[in-house]
Amino acid sequence: MTPPTLDIDVLLRDRSVRTIVCCGSGGVGKTTTAAAIAIRAAEQGRTVAVLTIDPARRLAQALGLEHLDNEPAPVDSIDSSAGGSLDAMMLDMKRTFDELVLRHSTPDKAQQILENPFYQAVSSSFAGTQEYMAMERLGQLHAELAGGAARWDLIVVDTPPSRSALDFLDAPGRLGSFLDGKFIRLLMSPAKAGGRAYLKVMSVGVHTMTAVMSKVLGGQLLRDAQTFVAALDSMFGGFRERADHTYALLSDASTAFVVVATPERDALREASFFAGRLASEGMPLAGLVVNRVERTRLPSLREGRAEAAAEEADGLPERTGTSWQPTDTAALLRLHAEHAAQAVRHEAAIGRFTASHPTIPQVLVAAAAEDVNDVGQLREIGAQLAE
Amino acid sequence: MSSGDWDGVRLHVVTGKGGTGKTTIAAALAMSLATHGKRVLLAEVEGRQGISGVFDVPRLGEDEVQVATGPGGGQVMGLSVDPKAALLEYLQMFYKLGMAGGMLERFGVIDFATTVAPGLRDVLLIGKVYEAVRRRPSRRGTRSAQLYDAVVLDAPPTGRVGQFLGVNHAMAGLAKMGPVKNQADAITALLQSAQTAVHLVTLLEEMPVQETVEAAAELRALSLPLGAVVINQEVTPPVGDGTLAQLAATDFDDAPLAADLAAVGLRVGPRMLAGLAQTGRDLTQRLALQDRERDALAGLGLPTVHLPLVPGGMDAGGLLELADAVAAQGVFG
Repeated sequence: MTPPTLDIDVLLRDRSVRTIVCCGSGGVGKTTTAAAIAIRAAEQGRTVAVLTIDPARRLAQALGLEHLDNEPAPVDSIDSSAGGSLDAMMLDMKRTFDELVLRHSTPDKAQQILENPFYQAVSSSFAGTQEYMAMERLGQLHAELAGGAARWDLIVVDTPPSRSALDFLDAPGRLGSFLDGKFIRLLMSPAKAGGRAYLKVMSVGVHTMTAVMSKVLGGQLLRDAQTFVAALDSMFGGFRERADHTYALLSDASTAFVVVATPERDALREASFFAGRLASEGMPLAGLVVNRVERTRLPSLREGRAEAAAEEADGLPERTGTSWQPTDTAALLRLHAEHAAQAVRHEAAIGRFTASHPTIPQVLVAAAAEDVNDVGQLREIGAQLAE
Repeated sequence: MSSGDWDGVRLHVVTGKGGTGKTTIAAALAMSLATHGKRVLLAEVEGRQGISGVFDVPRLGEDEVQVATGPGGGQVMGLSVDPKAALLEYLQMFYKLGMAGGMLERFGVIDFATTVAPGLRDVLLIGKVYEAVRRRPSRRGTRSAQLYDAVVLDAPPTGRVGQFLGVNHAMAGLAKMGPVKNQADAITALLQSAQTAVHLVTLLEEMPVQETVEAAAELRALSLPLGAVVINQEVTPPVGDGTLAQLAATDFDDAPLAADLAAVGLRVGPRMLAGLAQTGRDLTQRLALQDRERDALAGLGLPTVHLPLVPGGMDAGGLLELADAVAAQGVFG
């Protein structure tokens, strides 16, 4: 079964695509893929920003991102002869959140929020904050103008290194509905939460709960929670609404998802779940990128044949006059056999994905012998995405 | 590193960057500790059902159930710690809540407490593990079947582990007194004691090593005792340095290689010669990269466990193979 090919250039030529989201489970090379796509787009003339989350040090250096910075900075090392440009940034989730607070409240109140221990916990460690802030930052970047028009016509987003690709879709909603939850509303204003008949039951409940919570956690903690929730509510006018808005942005036709995986069972299973989820949400999936696919230098020599040849070579008589011995030949054949076996396993793993998603376009990126260190290597990966 | 170093360790915490195989290693470690008659608890705290996946058993819940028999006839029990269940159990134990527990759940208090109250979730999760480590036969209501010789915790990944294990630090700004604070203090005392060892699983790749080095520094700053660095999926190439050195030489002559290949009946052409030679040169490059990462790990000054890549993915046989390799290196006592 041959799946359709994902040609990234087709996607990049489509000017109506303004956001590309690279997602997948942790450690599959999402950031590298996002950077490679961004560079290719910029060198084809598009005005691009790439929002990375947690790049490897050498990849960050390749993009000129030596210091963590929440603001996009130009990447000078790309070829801008086609009229494009590339800006790159790393998401600083706490700073994004802090700036949101500062922008939406008076200095006094902002200070109060920033110092609140609940705020500090939510802004730095709540599962979902990173995803939420990535979306928030994406929205901000899209809204940025330069000379009356949008500053960037394409934003490539890398997603946070969560254990599951689905977290990226679920986390913002989770944070939103959590902050909009029943208990939170009770904490803020018990009277507001229900009608008159309900009120009495509610207050008994609230009383019991606050009593228990104070006993277990201490009264200070509850007061902190109340201050935090009240402050946030007045500031944002409903987190859920905001989360819904970002979710809507993702289902827009101007967004394309690229699912990234490695040719291993777990990563491809995640990719498969994610593809299914995107389909059921009506979100546009451009295709699957499989990174680090083993390709042997000698596809015609199969593992079994190479192994047998190695055995035989070991039995050849020692050679005089040169340092290269039959055992060296045998070793090389065994090395090739290992690669060939790995290539077969990769092919089988990808084949299983294809069998369950025959219509999802795919593109394979060969395993490289070294880490990505410069723009040249990213360009090479970009070229593989358009083969 | 002698095997005696962690004789007193009862709690093995296993962390690593996502994708390095930390759950598999935690499982292999639990297996290797489950020697004759020993009972080991393997716990996970992120609801990932990684343990049931590795052992190919039904989903784990709040009950401790046997997931495997150790190679030496011991038992490995599995547990997936759920923060909500842990909180309800905790409240029940200390406050005899009864009906109120259900009400707390209905009003979303449990959700609130376990998701956002800073550090509380982690205190609850480790609290359950702490309780399992501290079980003694003399305690009322403890069945001998629930006593463990060792507990292995499949902890959150390196990026989050400092925050997770540093429960005391996280609680400092919030609960300044009271039972939760006492609980956090007791947990911290155990975690910082010689009864605990935190092991770091990594691959010989840039990102995992970078995170391992960062996590080691963070854990040290928290006074948490570090155990071993576990290099997972380490590949021993079938080609020696001598062969690679010859291939790297600028004046490499492929005539003897061609002669050997012809002698074993392969159809030799320039593509085959160039392809094989290049395969060797690629390996040289990859090994250099691994050496660089190995050096970075050596700088940590921790004992190192080397585990081979198990080809064809992980199954029961692969897990036993790893458990044997862990035991053979004697690092974990």
